Amino acid sequence: MNVIDKIQKDQMDKIVAERSIPDFSAGDTIKVDVKIVEGDKERIQAFEGLCIARSGGGLNESFTVRKISYGEGVERIFPIFSPKIAGITVLKKGKVRRAKLYYLRDRRGKSARIVEKIQVSKKDTKTQVDQPVSKEVAEDTTS
Amino acid sequence: MMRCGVIARKIGMSRIFNNNGEHIPVTILRLEDVEVLSVKSLDKDGYTAVQLGFSNKKLKNISKPLRGVFAKANSQPKEKVAEFRVSEDAILKIGDKLSVNHFILGQKVDVVGVSQGKGFSGAMKRHNFGGMQASHGVSISHRSHGSTGNSQDPGRTWKGKKMAGQYGNVRITTQNLNVVKLFEEEGLILIEGSVPGSKNGVVFIRDAIKYKTPDNAPFPAGLANENKTNNEDISLSNIDNNKETSSELEGGEVEN
Repeated sequence: MNVIDKIQKDQMDKIVAERSIPDFSAGDTIKVDVKIVEGDKERIQAFEGLCIARSGGGLNESFTVRKISYGEGVERIFPIFSPKIAGITVLKKGKVRRAKLYYLRDRRGKSARIVEKIQVSKKDTKTQVDQPVSKEVAEDTTS
Repeated sequence: MMRCGVIARKIGMSRIFNNNGEHIPVTILRLEDVEVLSVKSLDKDGYTAVQLGFSNKKLKNISKPLRGVFAKANSQPKEKVAEFRVSEDAILKIGDKLSVNHFILGQKVDVVGVSQGKGFSGAMKRHNFGGMQASHGVSISHRSHGSTGNSQDPGRTWKGKKMAGQYGNVRITTQNLNVVKLFEEEGLILIEGSVPGSKNGVVFIRDAIKYKTPDNAPFPAGLANENKTNNEDISLSNIDNNKETSSELEGGEVEN
């Protein structure tokens, strides 16, 4: 491992030890808790919006979050390994076919929506197969 | 009080986040077996200086005249030899090994290197000329420098007229760069901003001439074998603290 990789990895490890970085990609609705220093006090402000891009790699990786604030589109770019971020939460997974959703900038309202991805993890499918399917369906209808 | 500098290799650039969340672009430089090869004294040579060797090399790749130099200093053959002028009280002993502790965090340094060569370049690239028009009858000479002088009165082109020519591959000094971080074991110095030269290029680092050298910088030099206490804890959290102290020294020059 060369010197630069090592220096970068040390920094990344330090951040990962403080807060875990969830698995998210463009199209996901996420909440970023940003540390804000006002005078001597530090507080946390959330920035909630749609992740429209991830770019860069390693320590230099960053992501763009877009939201509509009072009718005005606002975008913020965060470095993933910034110490200013207190945490990242994924609120919704989106179903998209592109890595960069810059086309959303030209859209408003209905056409700017993103369909939610209904995730069926492998574990769930396995349990469904194990159990009798008909019984489950019956239970669903009754409830 | 004028300390000697050090010779280092440019490894490349990266970034560092400080505790304020600000990112600092850094150049990583490495000291490789920097050793004092000879010393110039007032009595013998008429001036005072320290000659340093950098990075060990195989003996078979060293020319015979240079072998004599290294034999005299009783050292390994070195890749690069350079001389630094020092004041009389800052002279070192032959065989002294310099370490990154020579510098302290937050200190300002000057870095000397040979810039990346761009070859024979036109006036647009070399001097940021505008070139000529794309249309309106301009033919073939869209990137040329245009007129180079007046009429019959001087009757010649002024000396020093900016024209096409060799660009880059010259010795350049970048002044007043911040020392951001030091790794004593690996011999690494992280300096804020860019530094002349290509990766794996050899550069000289010395105290900034436009700033006062900090009082707690080791004098006459930070040597490898004696452990100075200045930078015992060189962790990331120290960057902010040291920036503050350095800004106090320099009258709030550094933004924090």
